[in-house]
Amino acid sequence: MQTLANPTRFMAASQSILPWLAGAAAISLGAGLVLGFAAPPDYQQGDTVKIMFVHVPAVWTAMMAYGLLALASLIGLVNRHPLADLAARTAAPLGAAFTALGLITGSLWGRPMWGAWWVWDGRLTTFLLLLFIYVGYIALWNAIEDETRAARICAVLALVGAVNLPVIEFSVDWWTTLHQGESIFRAGGPLIAPVFLWPLFLMALGYTLLFFVLWIIRIRTEILVRQSRRTAMGISA
Amino acid sequence: MIAFLAMGGYAAFVWPAYGISLACLATMVAVTVRDYRRAKAQLTYATKQK
Amino acid sequence: MMSFMALVSRDVRLAVRAGGGAALAVAFFAAAATLVPLGVGADLWLLAQIAGGVLWVAAVLAALLSLDRLFQADFDDGSLDIIALSPLSLETISVAKILSHWLTTGVPLTLVSPLLGVLFGLPAKAIAVLSLSLLMGTPAISAIGAIGAGLTLAIRRGGLILPLVVLPLLAPAVIFGAGSVLATLNTMPGGALALLAAYSLAAVLLAPFAVAAAVRLNLGG
Repeated sequence: MQTLANPTRFMAASQSILPWLAGAAAISLGAGLVLGFAAPPDYQQGDTVKIMFVHVPAVWTAMMAYGLLALASLIGLVNRHPLADLAARTAAPLGAAFTALGLITGSLWGRPMWGAWWVWDGRLTTFLLLLFIYVGYIALWNAIEDETRAARICAVLALVGAVNLPVIEFSVDWWTTLHQGESIFRAGGPLIAPVFLWPLFLMALGYTLLFFVLWIIRIRTEILVRQSRRTAMGISA
Repeated sequence: MIAFLAMGGYAAFVWPAYGISLACLATMVAVTVRDYRRAKAQLTYATKQK
Repeated sequence: MMSFMALVSRDVRLAVRAGGGAALAVAFFAAAATLVPLGVGADLWLLAQIAGGVLWVAAVLAALLSLDRLFQADFDDGSLDIIALSPLSLETISVAKILSHWLTTGVPLTLVSPLLGVLFGLPAKAIAVLSLSLLMGTPAISAIGAIGAGLTLAIRRGGLILPLVVLPLLAPAVIFGAGSVLATLNTMPGGALALLAAYSLAAVLLAPFAVAAAVRLNLGG
């Protein structure tokens, strides 16, 4: 019965916190958009700097999602907490979507900036590989029939990926700095003026809160699905 | 207004970036909410069957 | 109840018997590498520039071919359960599997690489670096590949999931390995080989734990 108590507590707790999170997300995003569009053109990048306000938050959220996924995986492996398994599983599609969004917006930012839709620098390449890792994770989960086993095996994959991602970034960075003299654009430049920093922060906060809202709703959905299955099988909930 | 839409000549990049972001986020919200409502309806139905 | 060496020699024998083992990997390696000049043109200067990358990618793909058999065959007929019962720890068994895979793929690929280096117009020094990089890097391919094999061993038609999972993780090996060849060719600063060696060592030391964990999960149920 202890395993059932936790989902119930989660459902109750998440029910009360969700409206606040959603409200905060909406306000943050709204304010971020207003400030973002009010910002002047950058003297170097012109108005393309405004793409930063949707690109950087997407990238940040995608990476944070993977960190949370890896953390949930670790907890699931060590503590065998069933809620941790649900948390990991539900984070993956969200993270993958933010990664894809980050890649697309990055490309749209890069074309006017560097003249190329894509460059193979450390950050971009690692970010692209992150998308593959997400896809592999989801595919692996879907391919294993037993739910608990799928959770554990994917947890191992998530942790292996977490260890590898910094190594991948290091290796690509090392190679590109050796390989070419051309300047690689670092998101945001050396210093971001406050007029850009505020919208960026608010958008990043908004994206983060939105992620948590969607994540919590998805975990609630999974709990409901499991309760449905148990009810249908005649096990009292 | 026109100047705002023109985005200093970069309109072809800025607006699609925002448009795709909006579309993506809206889809994520819609799918998440839809799946939740579906699961909730399913549970209500399953409970009623008992 | 098998000893470490008995397990390794058993797997090597099975690999050779089952799918031609080493011969298959080498044939694929050569065939894939040969397609590239057909696609890219016969300009030897260009081929030399891309040789490191092409041959490294081809080697990775060739080594991947036999990975799904690493555990699956034993799992399917129940022998994996019996092997797991041996006094050897699953981590040691994983090392044995990695070693036998390397012996039947990495080593033959390394031995054939000088020939392919010549086909791609690489000078002698670059060929030496190519072969050395493969010698040092292929253990990493086997080690990380074994992780993928362990994770997917119970999946019925998991054919494409294994490469999907393993390839992103092998990016550093390809980068350092191919990078070492290009650096030698164009006289750029070195260091790639050292980084490759470090990466490979880390992979070989750490992977057995992940492999054992994956196998344990699949056997335990």
